Amino acid sequence: MRRFKARWREWGAALVFLGPGLVLLWLFVIWPALQTLSLSLQDRTGFVGLTNFRHLFSLPAIVNPQRFLRQEPPWGALFHNLVWVFIHLPITVGLGLVLAVVYARVRRWWVGLARGALFLGIVTPMIVGGVIIRYLFEGHSGIIPQLLGTLGLGRPWSSGWMAFPETALLGLILGSIWLWTGFSMILHSAGLSAIDPELFEAAKIDGASTWAEFRYITVPLLRPVTFVVAVMTFLWELKIFDIVYVATMGGPGKASTVLALEMYLATFRSLDPYRGAAIATLITAFSLPLGYWFATRRLRR
Amino acid sequence: MQKKPKLSAIGAKLRKKHILAAFVAIAVGLVWLVPFLGVVMTALRPSRDVIYGWWRPPFLFTTDNLFRAWTHPTASLATGLRNSAQMAFFATILPTFIASLMAYGLARLRFPGRGPTLMTIGLLLAIPQQMVAWPVFQLLHRMGLLNTLTGLILVHSAWALPWMVFFLRGFIETLPIELEEAAVIDGAGRFRTFFFIVFPLMLPALASAMVLQFTWAWNDFFMALVLVYDPKRMVVTQQIPLLRGQYHVDWGLLSAGALLAMLPPLLVFIFLQRYFVRGLVGGAVK
Repeated sequence: MRRFKARWREWGAALVFLGPGLVLLWLFVIWPALQTLSLSLQDRTGFVGLTNFRHLFSLPAIVNPQRFLRQEPPWGALFHNLVWVFIHLPITVGLGLVLAVVYARVRRWWVGLARGALFLGIVTPMIVGGVIIRYLFEGHSGIIPQLLGTLGLGRPWSSGWMAFPETALLGLILGSIWLWTGFSMILHSAGLSAIDPELFEAAKIDGASTWAEFRYITVPLLRPVTFVVAVMTFLWELKIFDIVYVATMGGPGKASTVLALEMYLATFRSLDPYRGAAIATLITAFSLPLGYWFATRRLRR
Repeated sequence: MQKKPKLSAIGAKLRKKHILAAFVAIAVGLVWLVPFLGVVMTALRPSRDVIYGWWRPPFLFTTDNLFRAWTHPTASLATGLRNSAQMAFFATILPTFIASLMAYGLARLRFPGRGPTLMTIGLLLAIPQQMVAWPVFQLLHRMGLLNTLTGLILVHSAWALPWMVFFLRGFIETLPIELEEAAVIDGAGRFRTFFFIVFPLMLPALASAMVLQFTWAWNDFFMALVLVYDPKRMVVTQQIPLLRGQYHVDWGLLSAGALLAMLPPLLVFIFLQRYFVRGLVGGAVK
């Protein structure tokens, strides 16, 4: 009987500890997400099944396979997001790993200062990041077109990248590498400092080259960290919004639009929440499996 | 006599390696600094001097751009910064407190449905804000909280909970349970144990959570864009696109706005770097 009572008290305590948070989560995350899911299966007349999604895949703003094959942007938001992943993911993850190793090698205060510059990208609001990226690639006053012009490259490389469909998306992706590499570096640095230094010493005594040390000790031991970074990078790329909004608004002619921006435009500019909900559900469908993997991995610990 | 040159050769080789690493480290740091430097220079120099590039002399400095951004007629940064500060402050305090309660409950209490609750919260980590934007817009409209900072604070608080709960729960599980057991033996209930034993021990983790959440709430743009549209109530990130100008981009004004908007999170990072990094690493890897 006393044990029974103690158990009830424990359950009551759980309710008090978890209650406020669960109410907030239900109101502002769980229930709205379910509503969006249900909206994505409706239109003004009611339930329509997967029609909205079928419609999405015939919209040139979302997928434009013909132009993708001809390699002339715009390719559609979905392809733009995929291209983003394809370029941005390997570069930021790999560069962050290499830089973590490089910065661990030289421990001087001025090297630490240089390392600090990489943090700027994580701390800066993404909307400011978008302004900075746009400025980098601006026609007369941007440093990159000016530099490329001096090197003898012609249009569009030496003029405003954001004004040309061939270069707008690439410019944004390169800029987002500037914003995100610091994150990858920080996590890899933390992982690196957790590796037993004796391993490196043993390798040195055995006469291992720097490359062998990197290839056979650092990379394999950091693999779990690299994997986490890759997953988080992928989630970040899927919901990229701010920098596109402020730098190009998806232009010129949709050449740099992305899924999250199309969702915003559909819902709040065209006032078509059904199409917006379908795009949002599409983004979630990409990210939720990874979220599931992430959650189970964390709970196992 | 034979060994000596060999040793120094190894030394030279090692040093050469370090010189290469130092060179790469500095070069990368400079490349990463240049875009930021461009904004700082453009914000602080007269507009007519930077039309053909902020790197060209003469280097004359002015506070004119900062002043124009601060007192802008439709997007006054003075107002935006104050709104952002208010919003980010409450959107940090509120979820940190609620998440620490939740984290303790999930780490130490045994109750039916604990596993599924944890799993659900874990899944919520991967849901993009776009997935809730429209229903939350309608909900706040019905609650009369649309276009208010209170509404924005509530939404940010809810969105902070999943990662904070995971981060704080991980931290609580590293605390020795003996302390809490001793408190219970002395007759303290769950709540006294939490507030007087566990909460003080959590302070370093709470500092990390707060530093990160402040930065994220401050930096958020999407939720504010959707939920606040009165120019007097806009947060600073919303004002940045408004500074761009209709027909041509006024880079001096825009850069000044950008500089002011990024300054608070930058200062938080510079002074609380240790907590920032610890939170980022703990939240992601653990």
